[in-house]
Amino acid sequence: MFGDYSLTDLSAIFAMQGFAGLILFSVYLLMALGLAIIFGQMGVINMAHGEFMILGAYVTYLCSTFFQAHLPGLFTAYFFVAMALAFLASGALGMLVEWSLIRHLYKRPLDTLLATWGLSLILQQTYRSVFGAREVGVELPSWLIGSVQVTDMIEVPINGIFVMAVTMLITVGVAFLMYRSRFGAQVRAVVQNRPMAGAVGIDTEKVDRYTFGLGCGIAGIAGSAFTMIGSTGPTSGQLYIVDTFLIVVFGGAASLLGTIASAFSISQTQSTLEFFLSGSTAKVITLLAVVGILMLRPQGLFTLKVRR
Amino acid sequence: MADETNNGLQSALRRRLLMGLAGAPALALLPRQAFAAGPPTSVVNTSGLAVTDTEVTVGILHSATGTMAISETGSIQAEKLAIEEINAAGGVLGRKIKIIQEDGASDWPTFAEKAKKLLVNDKCAAVMGCWTSASRKAALPVFEQYNGLLYYPTFYEGLEQSKNVIYTGQEATQQILASLNWVAKEKGAKTFFFIGSDYIWPRTSNKIARKHIENVLKTKVVGEEYFPLGHTQFNSVINKLKLTKPDVIFTDVVGGSNVAFYKQLKAAGIDLNKQTLLTISVTEDEIDGIGGENIAGAYSCMKYFQSLKNPNNEKFVAAFKKMWGEKTVIGDVTQAAYLGPYLWKMTCEKAGSFDVDKLAVASTDIEFKGAPEGYVKIHQNHHLWSKTRVAKALPNGQFEVVYESPELIEPNPFPKGYQ
Repeated sequence: MFGDYSLTDLSAIFAMQGFAGLILFSVYLLMALGLAIIFGQMGVINMAHGEFMILGAYVTYLCSTFFQAHLPGLFTAYFFVAMALAFLASGALGMLVEWSLIRHLYKRPLDTLLATWGLSLILQQTYRSVFGAREVGVELPSWLIGSVQVTDMIEVPINGIFVMAVTMLITVGVAFLMYRSRFGAQVRAVVQNRPMAGAVGIDTEKVDRYTFGLGCGIAGIAGSAFTMIGSTGPTSGQLYIVDTFLIVVFGGAASLLGTIASAFSISQTQSTLEFFLSGSTAKVITLLAVVGILMLRPQGLFTLKVRR
Repeated sequence: MADETNNGLQSALRRRLLMGLAGAPALALLPRQAFAAGPPTSVVNTSGLAVTDTEVTVGILHSATGTMAISETGSIQAEKLAIEEINAAGGVLGRKIKIIQEDGASDWPTFAEKAKKLLVNDKCAAVMGCWTSASRKAALPVFEQYNGLLYYPTFYEGLEQSKNVIYTGQEATQQILASLNWVAKEKGAKTFFFIGSDYIWPRTSNKIARKHIENVLKTKVVGEEYFPLGHTQFNSVINKLKLTKPDVIFTDVVGGSNVAFYKQLKAAGIDLNKQTLLTISVTEDEIDGIGGENIAGAYSCMKYFQSLKNPNNEKFVAAFKKMWGEKTVIGDVTQAAYLGPYLWKMTCEKAGSFDVDKLAVASTDIEFKGAPEGYVKIHQNHHLWSKTRVAKALPNGQFEVVYESPELIEPNPFPKGYQ
């Protein structure tokens, strides 16, 4: 298939394809981070993860209309405000949900699947009633639109770079929080041995609530960032949920490094195959590979070594 | 309206207009005589439909909830508008239309179930409904078994014809062939790249397009790609577009993927004012979600655009916005849904009956001169003769029509040489 193209053409395409893979990696990682915390650390199967993302997207939409109407001078910077608000909104809703629903189900992990799936339907219909069934268009500040021209052939989309930067910041932030802070130590203590953690004076209920809220808040940021590349509608969250679970499970549920490695390998496979084959075939082969590897290694790529 | 004591012609006209706009609540207040007595019920209804001396029941069956609510809401609105207008003008055969609305909930078996409810329990004389091909395929056996009548509004892949369905949208050849001819002639297009969602409608449409491109236009398809429904990442295929540099990108991507595709195309620096892109899946409704600035410059081929300039359409757009709000937009399918109740009314009047068997025959050659898209006529094969139009997307979310087929295009659901 490459006979017709010159060498410069080809190298440019491979460079761009590399960027495409990296952007996909960032997108996958960003959407999986929140779930990795909730599923990995707490063992809660949160089927409403996509809806928490879309809450972030709608918050961004509200911000964009608000800034356009009332603070047009600050419109260029609204996206940062929107992301912060998205984090707060989704995080607050997450804590509310944990308090009212999830905490009653910790001993019945499979029931959380059903409960959060119901929650996702309720949230979808709520969005539909509030914002209408149609997708909304989120207006972007002009500096986020377009692409950087590296050479004649190579162009990198600015919003892709932006997503990459956000993902990097949040990943570093989460890693720091989980492995270098007091809160992270408490979370890991609760995960490893709940009664003992309680016995040494950790308020396990509070830790649960903050952990769940943190995971949902990060989902909100992801949703906010994805308004640049995807759709914002009541059911848009459903578009992400399968890929998200795939990445978290494939990476090994309790490991942040596993999630990163899994997002990287799946995105690279997907994007390379998509280029050489077609979209649907690429998806099928990626999924088959994941299934195959999980059969050989059911615990995922990386796992915590815990004494059972 | 209480102060209207003057019985002059002008006042009567004005009152009629006001009633049309005021809608259903006002209708309830109308004296029964407003509906001129029609022929006796025993004559117009020999098959046990829900028809009384004053009322006839019609079903509306669309998804008001679930994924498809995005698309189907417009159809529901248009059908309700048409029925209100018909009622305000005296109803059908002297009977007021009563609506029973059911929700298909974006779930295909639910469509079959609700269709059965509308036909068996409610005895609806006709049903306006279904949107996706999947929902139609699910409901079709029910309509055939219980001999119902369905008015189906969506443009679709063709390869179907039923006594019990009137297809008010375009089948694939009506939508595609004229626009390919236009782009070949107008833009001198020699190479095409297809991008679609992976299900029956895009695949069938692209098959027809490919045959036409290769056999009739004698040009080339340089790529054909399908993506699973809900796919959100298009950077790889955009790179392929940059490599192959096709004269025309031909797309039938749907749903959330549609939004992601155009946003990423724009972000990757592909300027649709320079790169010709022809789509058969973007109407004003979709642009709402995509954002006008992301798709400006693309060409869409449909039979109807909100910006069409003719008196019928101006009236329709004004009435629609009056009823459903200034900010609503009207896409191709919404207009086709609006045709359903009117075509049914005219068919009933021609047949002098509500019986489905008589309507199925009488439908042939029914003309609707007041259609917003212009003149339409029902073909013997239960599809519509209609024009094809190509329009350029503008940054404000509207379209500017750049081509209109000179003649009505004959519907051909089973195109020979295209399968």
